Amino acid sequence: MTEKIIMKYEDKKDLYTLSGYESTGGYDALKKAIDMKKDEIVEEVKRSTLRGRGGAGFATGLKWSFVPKDSGRPVYLCCNADESEPGTFKDKWIIWNNPHLLIEGILISSYALSVKHAFIYIRGEFREGSEILNKAIEEAQNKNYLGKNILGRNIDIEITVYRGAGAYVCGEETGLLESLEGKRGWPRIRPPFPATKGLYQSPTIINNVETLANIPYIILNGAVRFASIGTPNNGGTKLFCVSGRVNRPGVYELPLGTNLREIIENYAAGVKDGKKIKAVIPGGSSTPVLKFDEIDIPMDFDSLIKAGSALGSGGIIVLDEDTSMVRSLYNLSRFYAHESCGQCTPCREGTIWIMKILRRIYKGDGKPEDLDLLLDICSNIKFKTVCPFGDAAVIPVESFITKFRTEFEEAIKKTIIIPRQ
Amino acid sequence: MSILRDEDKDRIQGFCSIFPEKRSALLMILHYLQDNYSYVSDEIILELSEVLNIPATEMHNTFQFYTMLKKKKQGKYVIEVCATLSCSLMGSDHIIDYLENRLGIKSGETTQDGKFTLLKVECLGNCGKAPVMQINGKFYEELNENKIDKILKEIEDND
Ligand SMILES: Cc1cc2nc3c(=O)[nH]c(=O)nc-3n(C[C@H](O)[C@H](O)[C@H](O)COP(=O)(O)O)c2cc1C
Ligand code: SF4
Ligand code: FES
Repeated sequence: MTEKIIMKYEDKKDLYTLSGYESTGGYDALKKAIDMKKDEIVEEVKRSTLRGRGGAGFATGLKWSFVPKDSGRPVYLCCNADESEPGTFKDKWIIWNNPHLLIEGILISSYALSVKHAFIYIRGEFREGSEILNKAIEEAQNKNYLGKNILGRNIDIEITVYRGAGAYVCGEETGLLESLEGKRGWPRIRPPFPATKGLYQSPTIINNVETLANIPYIILNGAVRFASIGTPNNGGTKLFCVSGRVNRPGVYELPLGTNLREIIENYAAGVKDGKKIKAVIPGGSSTPVLKFDEIDIPMDFDSLIKAGSALGSGGIIVLDEDTSMVRSLYNLSRFYAHESCGQCTPCREGTIWIMKILRRIYKGDGKPEDLDLLLDICSNIKFKTVCPFGDAAVIPVESFITKFRTEFEEAIKKTIIIPRQ
Repeated sequence: MSILRDEDKDRIQGFCSIFPEKRSALLMILHYLQDNYSYVSDEIILELSEVLNIPATEMHNTFQFYTMLKKKKQGKYVIEVCATLSCSLMGSDHIIDYLENRLGIKSGETTQDGKFTLLKVECLGNCGKAPVMQINGKFYEELNENKIDKILKEIEDND
């Protein structure tokens, strides 16, 4: 059994309480960290090869090193707990079951980055999760792990939990910042990047929940040990979320680089009703779909890019042989049309066209030219928008149509009947 | 005439004091008001725009951006069923049909007695327990017709 970092004590019922967490060595990493130099912590995180778990896989230590030391303004840390990418439900596991691990990670990161006020931006639908976090913050405050003069060391850090109100695009880091400033979540044009001008135009680091939950382990056990889990330059474990047509959907913590087929067959116990796999979306709805014969690959950032897809958030959605690709893509297109923030014309209009065309194909009214029309709309959205949402919305459309073109053509010719599932 | 009570105003000031810039408190305030008044009326928006010093049209734009914020009175129990891919693969369409039949309304509507509002929503970040829904923010997971009957009965019994 390989080492787990985040879910090691998943069977411990009181892990979410402070005493339960402390009994597993909780907050020891914080105590160690405040004896370290701030730069030493940043260096350790760099050496660990930790990469962001929110979707883009950017090197965390490198991101941290972009914060200017002399801006004369406060530095902010925003923990991204928006968890809005379809197929993703790992941060929920951390928040509900191991909230103190996240808080400890935020505290260590805040100390290293000289942050005095950190925010957890949590999606509005996680009402219960925000209550759990607030309770954990209160417990930690009572033991002086956070607040003023932390552990008598003249360090002040406060954490505020901020609930979103239903908008996928607020998971995009600059949409998040706008929302946190009390505005609509319209993503910002970059540059400037948040590390120099983020929240209130101050230097800001935005990191995903899972990213920050890895920090205590790195501090306690060292970068070398962390990097030894996983594959080169893809250190550590990943919380893989398996959903769709499998027997045992759920969150599985495994080393980066674990084989995708193995995750589905061994951990998620294979496809329901003994059916065959038709396709797998490997990293949340915005990553290119893989065909059944493309899933013998190591699940790490670099291998997935090489395979023409992406690890994204680690949200694995399994489609079985009975699943209609047309229906599934129509479903996703509705999501993107609904969630476009409307700031850029190509994204606002394009996602609606895509949805309408897919709807008519799904309903049996598709036209022969529709597939090329869809691809044409895609090329008019791609790289022409303020934020990566536009590219994300196009990815499923292009990859589904390219890899399952015959099925779409049959739907247009009405030679197949699409089940309602 | 002010709709906001003195205690609301105190709470609002409290939320504002958390942030370096008070406008940041907006979503916190709106969640709080919606919890207490079931929806956020135009009058409340107008009052807030004065308190926070945000132009009224901008307040409206911001408010309208967020799907969880409601402008109309909602049913006492707001049922939100996830319709996105992982839930749809596990039968969320049937769950929605079943609820529509049971409640005698279409999704988007509220029952005559004002008890239930039924909404189709996008991925709730709980796809491993598909199909899922929330009622007033609480998760209900791995749904089937039997479970829904039980959940609705429990609500009726405790109401
Ligand atoms: C449309 C869109 C939605 C996103 N949603 C999320 C999200 O829900 N959670 C998240 O952590 N990152 C999300 N991201 C990625 C963030 O922009 C950002 O890269 C990430 O939070 C950085 O943290 P990390 O480096 O620790 O991964 C999203 C990006 C885009 C373009
Ligand atoms: S790409 Fe889409 S979601 Fe992103 S800013 Fe433009 S319109 Fe908004
Ligand atoms: S698809 Fe329903 S919770 Fe994610």
